[in-house]
Amino acid sequence: MSGNSTYEPKTPFTRWLDARLPIVRLGWDSFVDFPTPRNLNYWYTFGGILSVCLMVQIITGIVLAMHYVPNIDYAFASVQRIDRDVNYGWLIRSIHAVGASMFFLAVYMHIFRGLYYGSYKAPREILWILGVVIYLLMMAAAFLGYVLPWGQMSFWGAMVITNLFGALPLIGEPVTQWLWGGFTVGNETLNRFFSLHYLIPFLIAGVVVLHIWALHVPGNNNPTGISVKTSADTLPFHPYYTVKDGFAIVVFLLIFAGFVFYAPDVLGHADNYIEANPLVTPAMIVPEWYLLPFYAILRAVPDKLGGVILMFAAIGVLFVLPWLDTSKVRSMRYRPMARWFFGFFVVSCLGLGWAGAELPDTLVPVLGAIGVDFLLLGRVLTIYYFAYFLVILPVLGFVEKPTPRPASIEESVLYGDKPAKSGSGAGAVPAAQPAE
Amino acid sequence: MNKLSKLLAVAAVTVMVAAPAIGAGYYRSPEPYDWSFEGPFGEYDRQAVQRGFQVYQQVCSACHGLKHLAFRHLGQEGGPFETVMVDGVEQSYANPNDNPVIAAIAAEYLISDIDDIGETIERPGRPSDMFPYPFANEAQARAANGGAYPPDLSIIVRARHYGADYIRSLLMGYDEEPPADLDIRAGSYYNPYMPGMVIAMAPQLWDGMVEYADGTEATTEQMATDVTHFLAWASNPHMEARKRMGLMVMIYLFGLAVLLYASYRKVWSRVKH
Amino acid sequence: MTDNHSHTDEGGETRRDFIHIAAAGMAALGGAAVLWPFIDQMNPAADTLALGTTDVAVDQLSPGDEITVMFRSMPHFVRLRTEAEVAAARNEDMGNLPDRLARNRNLEDSAPATDENRSAMSAAIAEGQSVDETLRAALLVTSANCTHLGCVPTQGSGDYGAWFCPCHGSHYDTSGRIRRGPAPENLPIPPMTFISATTLRLG
Repeated sequence: MSGNSTYEPKTPFTRWLDARLPIVRLGWDSFVDFPTPRNLNYWYTFGGILSVCLMVQIITGIVLAMHYVPNIDYAFASVQRIDRDVNYGWLIRSIHAVGASMFFLAVYMHIFRGLYYGSYKAPREILWILGVVIYLLMMAAAFLGYVLPWGQMSFWGAMVITNLFGALPLIGEPVTQWLWGGFTVGNETLNRFFSLHYLIPFLIAGVVVLHIWALHVPGNNNPTGISVKTSADTLPFHPYYTVKDGFAIVVFLLIFAGFVFYAPDVLGHADNYIEANPLVTPAMIVPEWYLLPFYAILRAVPDKLGGVILMFAAIGVLFVLPWLDTSKVRSMRYRPMARWFFGFFVVSCLGLGWAGAELPDTLVPVLGAIGVDFLLLGRVLTIYYFAYFLVILPVLGFVEKPTPRPASIEESVLYGDKPAKSGSGAGAVPAAQPAE
Repeated sequence: MNKLSKLLAVAAVTVMVAAPAIGAGYYRSPEPYDWSFEGPFGEYDRQAVQRGFQVYQQVCSACHGLKHLAFRHLGQEGGPFETVMVDGVEQSYANPNDNPVIAAIAAEYLISDIDDIGETIERPGRPSDMFPYPFANEAQARAANGGAYPPDLSIIVRARHYGADYIRSLLMGYDEEPPADLDIRAGSYYNPYMPGMVIAMAPQLWDGMVEYADGTEATTEQMATDVTHFLAWASNPHMEARKRMGLMVMIYLFGLAVLLYASYRKVWSRVKH
Repeated sequence: MTDNHSHTDEGGETRRDFIHIAAAGMAALGGAAVLWPFIDQMNPAADTLALGTTDVAVDQLSPGDEITVMFRSMPHFVRLRTEAEVAAARNEDMGNLPDRLARNRNLEDSAPATDENRSAMSAAIAEGQSVDETLRAALLVTSANCTHLGCVPTQGSGDYGAWFCPCHGSHYDTSGRIRRGPAPENLPIPPMTFISATTLRLG
């Protein structure tokens, strides 16, 4: 972000306003004339998509709260009333429920994009950490929200997750009772979960403002990982990226609408249409698909406390990632070894999701022939998950030889990713020197 | 976009689609049936829903509640009695309360209420009343059913894996001899579609036990199919409106995507990228 | 943004051609259409609209008795008026009425505010039933919410021998018609039917 604003108020009113509250200038500098690398691809549209997701969830959520009753005797019936009797209630609830899944789909794309292009590296560490905070808040909001319909999965999901805290030594029992407001999941629990579920999206919105602020200080990373050097490397955000983001958002909404109108239940679990019953546990309790990898990590450890610690560590490790990756090169486009490990990492995350969805002692298709069940699969992939962050990325920085990189974003745009002018071999930029 | 990107996208979609399909286990997958309400343009067969409601009334309602439905729902948009024949003329009513068929159905039920001097009374139902629950409470329901709790049927099709196919197969699934190693206790029945393959509900449907108002022959399969059709409507009463709106939204979004893509190409044609 | 065009191939002002306007217009159209479900969801839901009817056993009332019943979550006065009250209401000169319309859901909107049009004379009678004429003429059922701002008037005070609203001083007569004060209209009469000689159904 340059210190020079190009905003020029044109009318007396905007001049008057600008001298008192330069809010139009802020918007102009942030979303109109903001210099943005000219080579951003479609993976970079998920930021815009995510802000749409957040708005959709907040608006539909506020509407649902007008009809929902946070009481264990009425919650399930009030959701049924929303589906059956409230004008367009079926539509709004469906958007909210599907929207949670779409939000996570987009955030995973956004996170994997950041991992691949090295968007967590200096000078964007704070930007990355704020992103991980948003992700944590999203998981909390999703979990709390899933409890509210008070179906079987709501109740037993709440039971299982809150009982995790019981694994804490000494304070486990008081902490779980504090969370419940009783001796088990009950009406008090539902009430506070509703309150917190309403609160968290606004916390997320606040952290998103910080996230965008932290983005606008160093500016966007880009697929080459090379920093902006001259104005020839950038384009104004508007109209170039407003229209590109807009197109991507509409394509995303097409998928979103496909689920809302033609498969509203496919992302959820049938058992949640059975009212909560503290006497009967469903045959199989699984979280929503977006939390399955963490569920697999939890189950990979035979010890209760160990599993809980490992599960939280899986997210905790993301906080220190900027200091674990020792490579001087940001983008994996120029990291021939890292991109393979990254590919395996993506596959292992999906595999963990699969392992989380199945019973631990079920045999894995194909691999079952050699005795691999989902517990073992989950354990192997858990090891790789942590090894990727704690071993592979730290070591690769020392052993990997990056491929040649273009001298600038402009050059990569005009002549392709490989440096055209300089000879082969050494590359346009010394590999040891990150382009700053 | 590179190969990795594509792989990631494909894998993500696979997991999303595969995740809810889990949970199958120690029981038989239901027989697929070609429902009229399947597919992006599928609609309910009003006649089948009406017949199914008759089966629910005469058979299921003795034990199973429909507690999230009111009589008026039968006459709302998309419901089985949305249009009815009155004196030989087809009529529809904006307010289901005015629908004489709905009023007649409601009046067949006795509803507990409190009169204006505070006495508990049983009065004939009105369209705005919810379907009465056949038992006073869960304990009574269990006591009357050998310890088993007949589930509420309001949303049963959404509350079961494989939805309508499962319900229909289950209702027709009493014919086979149980495997020798399966222990069937008294008061339990073998049904291969039930998780665990043992069900506490006795077979309920026999050929000809219901006399359909429209003259359809009431075979066991016909009744199982019809009552499932009714329960599918009860679970998803706004499905037809949802699909109609979905079509408009998809067409709109597709058109907007085309326009935005054209706009995007136009804007970016100014610069090399 | 003009200075940023130095590095574009064309340079110059952005040409707002048709395709951009069409795209922006269509997006705006969609945004407007999406608003409707979010507005309409605050309207009364189907179960609220279908809210039941209220039956009143009128044979329990003797002249001068008044009960308040709940109909569609709103209080309603059911009063079996004395002969004197009916006479007072009938003899009132229409010229003295601030609101000359009956405000009766059982009649045309333009029906005048005579006492016959206000009393249960206007209620329908179910097929095959008959109801005592004197009872119908003496029975008055009105909303119990003042047409000014919704308070519940009290009986027996005020200048017209009937209801007086303590909130802002509206006086109603024995036919529930507004006579003085800030309220603009007569107390409205709900839809009603005698389903038997002794039972009046509201709704």
